[in-house]
Amino acid sequence: MTRHYSALSLVKEGLNNQKGWVRAWESRAPKPRYDVVIIGGGGHGLATAYYLARTHGITNVAVIEKGWLGGGNTGRNTTVVRSNYFFPESVRLYDMALKLYEGLSRELNYNIMLSQRGMISLAHTPAEMEMSARVVNAMQINGTDAELFGPEDVRRVLPIYNFSDKARYPALGGVWQGRSGTARHDAVAWGYARAASRLGVDILQQCEVQDFLIEGGRCRGVVTSRGTIRADRVGMAVAGHSSQMAARAGFRLPVVSYALQACVSEPVKPVLDTIVLSPGAGTYASQSDKGEMVVGGGLDRIPSYGQRGNLPVLETVLSGLVEMFPAFRQLRLMRQWAGIVDVVPDSSPILGESPLPGLFLNCGWGTGGFKAIPAGGTLLAHLLATGTHHDISRPFDLDRFATGRLIDEAAGSGIAH
Amino acid sequence: MQIFSCPFCGPRPEYEFHFGGDLGNHRPEGPEVSAEVWAQYLHFRNNPKGASEEIWLHMTCGEIFALQRDTLTMEAAPGQALTAAEGRP
Repeated sequence: MTRHYSALSLVKEGLNNQKGWVRAWESRAPKPRYDVVIIGGGGHGLATAYYLARTHGITNVAVIEKGWLGGGNTGRNTTVVRSNYFFPESVRLYDMALKLYEGLSRELNYNIMLSQRGMISLAHTPAEMEMSARVVNAMQINGTDAELFGPEDVRRVLPIYNFSDKARYPALGGVWQGRSGTARHDAVAWGYARAASRLGVDILQQCEVQDFLIEGGRCRGVVTSRGTIRADRVGMAVAGHSSQMAARAGFRLPVVSYALQACVSEPVKPVLDTIVLSPGAGTYASQSDKGEMVVGGGLDRIPSYGQRGNLPVLETVLSGLVEMFPAFRQLRLMRQWAGIVDVVPDSSPILGESPLPGLFLNCGWGTGGFKAIPAGGTLLAHLLATGTHHDISRPFDLDRFATGRLIDEAAGSGIAH
Repeated sequence: MQIFSCPFCGPRPEYEFHFGGDLGNHRPEGPEVSAEVWAQYLHFRNNPKGASEEIWLHMTCGEIFALQRDTLTMEAAPGQALTAAEGRP
């Protein structure tokens, strides 16, 4: 039997006709009671289960997923990881995630294919250059890596960019974060699932949470399509469906759900070895290891639960792309899709105990949940294990909407979500 | 392209419209409004999956109106003037 993944085990199983591999995670029947139940088998939910078991030694844990693992936004994002935010609270949070990502393949013994190829957020006007300098200063003061790029630097990292005098989006420079990169999104979910399962966590797929078990004003478990499951504490990490889950628990959230689209082109030879974001054009792109251009942009304008997306935003995104990279006009698109993201007024996540005691929230990541998975998991696990905030999650509590202490990253870093 | 129907201008393309939140989310009145009530008014939303009653702004004519639509199928009924939707004169 081969559990550990390594070059040696590949050779061994190659000689053994691949017959000795064990399943990456176990499929067990639900138990009637757990110490902790986590709703949502995406990256955040699975990471929470893993850190509960590894960091806090709590292994009597179930992750409940209505579909299949990583089938929601974890499998629909454009795989970018970065920490180029403005406010100190945000940088601490996203840099925690990025640092954990940097060691994750080794820690999970699962290749998440992290490729820290760097990301350039382009500035097309003198005003945008001044904003870029402001963001770079903030990032450096907050202790993460950032560099202010000028036109020559852009020419160096993006040789195929449209540098013509008549370009609609001239590249004056921008914000460079060299540690930004991409990671294989499915592998992040599968790696956490495998590691959590090995530590004793139950992963229950095709199991839908229909209601909460509330006794004495406290959440005592969940009613699912596979029976009632009791738990001392319940965590939820269900992204775009957070408001639905909250309604079952009897409260509302400051969340509106929108479709966020992405698309990929046919695969081509390597031409783009960084991630490029243009807030001005409303487009970002990177090239996957298979050679496809992975392209995304801003939110659709109409609140939606339909995982399809709409044409006007796609048109904006693609017209920006071909204007910046005229060579890409020849590319044909292979696939287009959308994920439902939970957008919060200040574009920062919500972490903490919900208005229903015993139920803990991990939501509101909007368009940026994937990059935060290791931090979201660590912090929700801390909340579920101790019942109190980690220093890094405290500013992101739901109470900030009543106290007015918002962390407005849409205004701060200009990241459109 | 989604087509919404402004009660004053008729069917128009989606990019002329801006989402304005839940229908019936009225500003709290009175001298003493708690921070929690303000937060509910300013930030908290119903965000239903399926049938939804909303406020929209038609940016080109500047009118605010009520819209009933389905957030999953994206079907939308014709917009209604706010006075009619809320039963006011």
